[in-house]
Amino acid sequence: MTTKMFGDPIPRVEDERLLRGHGQYLDDLGHDALEVAMVRSPHAHARILDIDVDAALDVDGLVAIYTWDDLDGPLAEPLPLLIPHPTLTHPRMPYALAKDEVNHVGEAVAMVVATDRYVAEDAASRISVTYDPLPPVVGIEAARAATDLVHADVPGNVAARMRQSNGDADAAIEAAPHRLRLDFEIERSASTPLEGRGVLARWDTESARLRIWSSTQTTTGVRAAIAARLELDLGQVDVIAPDVGGGFGVKIVHPWPEEVLVAMAARTLGRAVKFTEDRREHFVSAAHERGQLHHVEVGFDDEGRILGLSVRFWHDNGAFIPYGLIVPIVTSTQLLGPYKPGAYTVEFESLYTNTVLVTPYRGAGRVHAAFVMERTIDAIAAELGVDRTAVRENNFIQPDEMPYDHGLLFQDGKPLRYDSGDFPASLEKLKKLVGWEEFATFRDQARAEGRRVGIGLACYVEGTGVGPYEGGHVHVETSGKVKVATGLTSQGQGHKTVFAQIVADELGVPIDDVEVVTGDTRRFPYAVGTFASRAAVMSGSAIALAARRARAKALRIAADALEASEDDLEIVDGVVRVRGAPDTQIALGTVAVLSNPLRYAFDEASKAATQFAVGDPSKPPVAEGDEPGLEGRDYYSPNQSTFANGMHAAVVETDPDTAEIRILRYCVVHDCGPMINPRIVEGQIHGGVGQGVGGALYERMAYDEYGQLLNASFMDFLMPYVTEMPEQIEIDHLETPSPLNPLGIKGLGEAGIIPSSAVFASAIEDAEGIPIRSMPISPSELFELRRQHGTDGD
Amino acid sequence: MAEPTHAIRLHVNGVAYDLDVPARRLLSDALRHDLELTGTHVGCEHGVCGACTVLLDGEPVRACLTLAVSVDGEEITTVEGLESADGELGPVQQAFKDCHGLQCGFCTPGFLTTITAGLRDNPDPTRDEAREMIAGNLCRCTGYQNIVAAVLRAAELKADTGGSEIAKHAGVSRDMPTASVADGDRGGTP
Repeated sequence: MTTKMFGDPIPRVEDERLLRGHGQYLDDLGHDALEVAMVRSPHAHARILDIDVDAALDVDGLVAIYTWDDLDGPLAEPLPLLIPHPTLTHPRMPYALAKDEVNHVGEAVAMVVATDRYVAEDAASRISVTYDPLPPVVGIEAARAATDLVHADVPGNVAARMRQSNGDADAAIEAAPHRLRLDFEIERSASTPLEGRGVLARWDTESARLRIWSSTQTTTGVRAAIAARLELDLGQVDVIAPDVGGGFGVKIVHPWPEEVLVAMAARTLGRAVKFTEDRREHFVSAAHERGQLHHVEVGFDDEGRILGLSVRFWHDNGAFIPYGLIVPIVTSTQLLGPYKPGAYTVEFESLYTNTVLVTPYRGAGRVHAAFVMERTIDAIAAELGVDRTAVRENNFIQPDEMPYDHGLLFQDGKPLRYDSGDFPASLEKLKKLVGWEEFATFRDQARAEGRRVGIGLACYVEGTGVGPYEGGHVHVETSGKVKVATGLTSQGQGHKTVFAQIVADELGVPIDDVEVVTGDTRRFPYAVGTFASRAAVMSGSAIALAARRARAKALRIAADALEASEDDLEIVDGVVRVRGAPDTQIALGTVAVLSNPLRYAFDEASKAATQFAVGDPSKPPVAEGDEPGLEGRDYYSPNQSTFANGMHAAVVETDPDTAEIRILRYCVVHDCGPMINPRIVEGQIHGGVGQGVGGALYERMAYDEYGQLLNASFMDFLMPYVTEMPEQIEIDHLETPSPLNPLGIKGLGEAGIIPSSAVFASAIEDAEGIPIRSMPISPSELFELRRQHGTDGD
Repeated sequence: MAEPTHAIRLHVNGVAYDLDVPARRLLSDALRHDLELTGTHVGCEHGVCGACTVLLDGEPVRACLTLAVSVDGEEITTVEGLESADGELGPVQQAFKDCHGLQCGFCTPGFLTTITAGLRDNPDPTRDEAREMIAGNLCRCTGYQNIVAAVLRAAELKADTGGSEIAKHAGVSRDMPTASVADGDRGGTP
C-alpha cells in the first residue's frame, strides 16, 4: 500500500536547494538589471517646495530620475485603497512618489535608476529637496487630541469609527454585582522579515509583455494592480514570487510604490530594473503594526462570569490606510476568544499619525485582542480572589454549543461563528502540561530562596482560512509525474511539502513524483494571497478537490482501458489496478496518454493514443463535457472562516535586583484540527512564539516627538536571538476537526504569537504582584513599576 | 568620471576568481553580484543579523562589513562550499534538514557557515554551547529551537563520518562558473 502521507512529519521538500545556497530570493535574480535607490523624506510632515536634481545628473552610471511630475495617467493617482469599508469614511492613500506633501519619514519622494545600487545611492544623495516642515502628529494621544492634523481634510485625524454590539453591554455592566474599569496599551512592532521588500521587472519589447518578480505575499494582487496602473491587459503581465525570505504580513501590502515604479521604469527604459530594499528602508518605508490603546469596562458575577463587556479602543493606522480596517476589526471581534460574555459592545477609532503605515503583522490585531481579554479575565480573578483558570472555565463556550455565533461580523464580512473547538479540554491539557496545580509549591520554595517566579496563561481563538477563495490545479503528465499549482505564495511555511502530501494521498502517487508551484501567475492566475493563516485551509482544500477530480477522471479512463468497473479500481504508487487482481493494471502516466486523443505520436507510449489505435469510432474522441488531458482544477470558497484555538502558559523568573525577565518554561496547547505535517506545525508554533517573545519583552518602534524612528536598525530594534528564547517550547495538541472543509483542517501560521503579550504579562504580574497593563515590558520598565508600587525594596 | 577599480583575486570555495572592483565594494556584493554566488545573503547591512557570514581562512566574518579589496588573496568559504566531497549535503546542512532547522531559508547560510566553524573548534558541544555557537545570528522564522537541535545533530553526523565537509573544493581550480540554473518551477530566465 502507498503510505499515508497526511499526518506524517516528513522533512520538507523545499530544504535541499535552500541549504545548498541555491535558493533564488529577489536580489539573487537579475544580475544584469539596473538598480534603484529611492530619495525618501527626512521629515515626518512637510510640504515639498522644490526638488533639484541637477547635481545628480553628472553621476557616471545614472540612467534616470523620476519624481511625481514624471508620472502620468493612473501612475500619478494615489495608490489603491485595497480593502474599502463603509465605516472608513476618510481613507487617504499615498502617491507612488510624494506629491506636494510628505506624511512620514521614509515616504518615497524620488526614484533614481542607475547601473548599480552604489551609483544609484550616489545620485540620490545629490538630489536636493526643499521642505517646509509642518507639525507632526506622533502617537495615539496626539492623534486623538487633534491639535494638529495629519491630513488637513481629515477632521480629528479619524479615518474610521466603527461600533459593533451584541446585547446591551452598558445595562449588563450597570446591573452586575462586580465591575472593573481597565486600560491596556500595546506598542508598535513590525513583521521584520530577514529579507526586505524587493521587485524586479523586465519588459519584453518583442512580445509587449511585462514580467515581474516580487518578494510578495500576493502575486495575483500585484499583477492586477500593476496592470491597472500601467494600463496593460492582465494577459500582458506575469508576476512570480521567487523564494521569499519571510513575510509575516508586511508583504501582503501591494502595490508598493516601488512595485509600480520599477515596472514603469522597466517598460520606459526597455531594461530590467530592480529594487532591493535595505534594512533602514524597511523600518521607515514598509509597514508596522500593533500600536493600540484600549479601555475596558466589565461587569461580572461572583463566579467571574462576564455579564457585560464594553471595549473602546484607538488604533494608530499611520500616515495612510491602504489595508483598510482589517487590524482593528480583527481586534474588535477576536477579543472574545473562547468566551461568551452576556453582552458585548466594542467601538474603535482608527487614527492617522505621521508615521509609517500600519498593516497586518502575524497575529494581526489578535495579539492586542488576547492581551486585552486575557488581562481582563486575570483582573476579574484577582478581584474575586479566585484561580485564573476557574474564571476562564466559567466563561468558556462549551463544545456542545458549537457552532457558536457571536452575533458579530468578522473581518471577511461574514458571521463570527466558531465551527469547532473544545476549550475545556484544551485548558485541562495545558494545566497538566505546565503543572498549574503544583506551581504554588514551586513559587513558595523559590520565594524562600529569595527568587521571584510567576506563572501565566492566556487563551485565544483565531479565525483562519479567510476567503474569498483559492484554487488548485493537478496535472498528471504522461511521464506519471504530477504537477500541482496554486496561486497563493510561500514565504517559508513549507507549502510545497504539505500540498504534495495531500496530493500523494488523494491521487495515490509517491510523494517524490509530486511537484508543487506556488505564487506564479503563469501557472495559476486566480488567487488571493497568503495571510490570515489561510494557505493550508484554502489552497490545501482546493488542491485536494482538484486531485479528486483528476483521480475520478483517471479511474474513468482506466476502467475503460482495463474493461473493469471504476468501483473495483484503486490507485497505488501511481498505478491504477483492480482490487484483488493487481496484475490487471495501468500506470497513471499511460492513463494520461490515453486521456489526450492524438493525431501525432511523439514517442513510443503516445502511439497508443493516436487516431487509428484507440477509441470507439462511433463517438467523438473528446466526449461532450469532457476535456483532453489528465488534469483536475477546482476551487475552495467557504462561507466563513474556520476557527482554530490555543492556550499558552509561561513560567518566568524576574531578578529582584535588575528586573531582568527570564523565561523558565513555555507551554503550548494548540488545536488546528488534523495536522498535515506535525513537524511543520511545531516549527510554525516555535517561530510564532519567538516573535511573541520579541513583541512582549523587547520590540518597539521608538518614535520621538518629531516622528523620527530612533531605532531603525537591527542594532537598536531588539529582536530575540537564541539567548532570549526559552530552552524548549513544550507543545501538546488537540485535533478537533473543522466541519467546513474537505480535510477538516484549521490554520495555524499565527498561532504561536497571538497570546504571547498576554501570557507574559500574566506571568510577570504573578511573580511581581504588580498589575501589568502595557506591553512590551523591558527590565527598566519593570524596575520603574516596582518603584511606583513600592515593591523595589523587597 | 568612472570610479577607479582595483584588481584582486578571491579564492572562493577553492576556486580562484580575478576581479576588478571599486575600493568600496563590499565582499557580500562581490560574492553575490560579481561572482553570482548568491547563497550568501544580506539581512541588515551592519553586521548584526549574521546572514552574510562567510568563512575567511576558516573564521566566520560578516561579508557585509568586509571590503572585497581587503581580502585579496584570501580563502573564502561560502554556503555553496559546504557540501560533502561526494556532492551530498554536508553534515551541518543535513542536520538542518533532519531537524527542520529552516523555514524561509534566508538567514540559513549564515548559520551553516557559523556552525561549520563552531563545530570544527568544538566538535562535541553541550546544549548550552550549541546555543552559544549560534547566539550571534538572527532568525525570524524558527524560534531557534530546531537550529539548536541541528547543531547537536550535525555534531553527531560529523562524528559518524569523521570527514570535513569543506574538503570538496580543495585544490580545484576552474574558470568562473556560470550563474546557477533556475529550478524548474521558477520558469524562464529572470
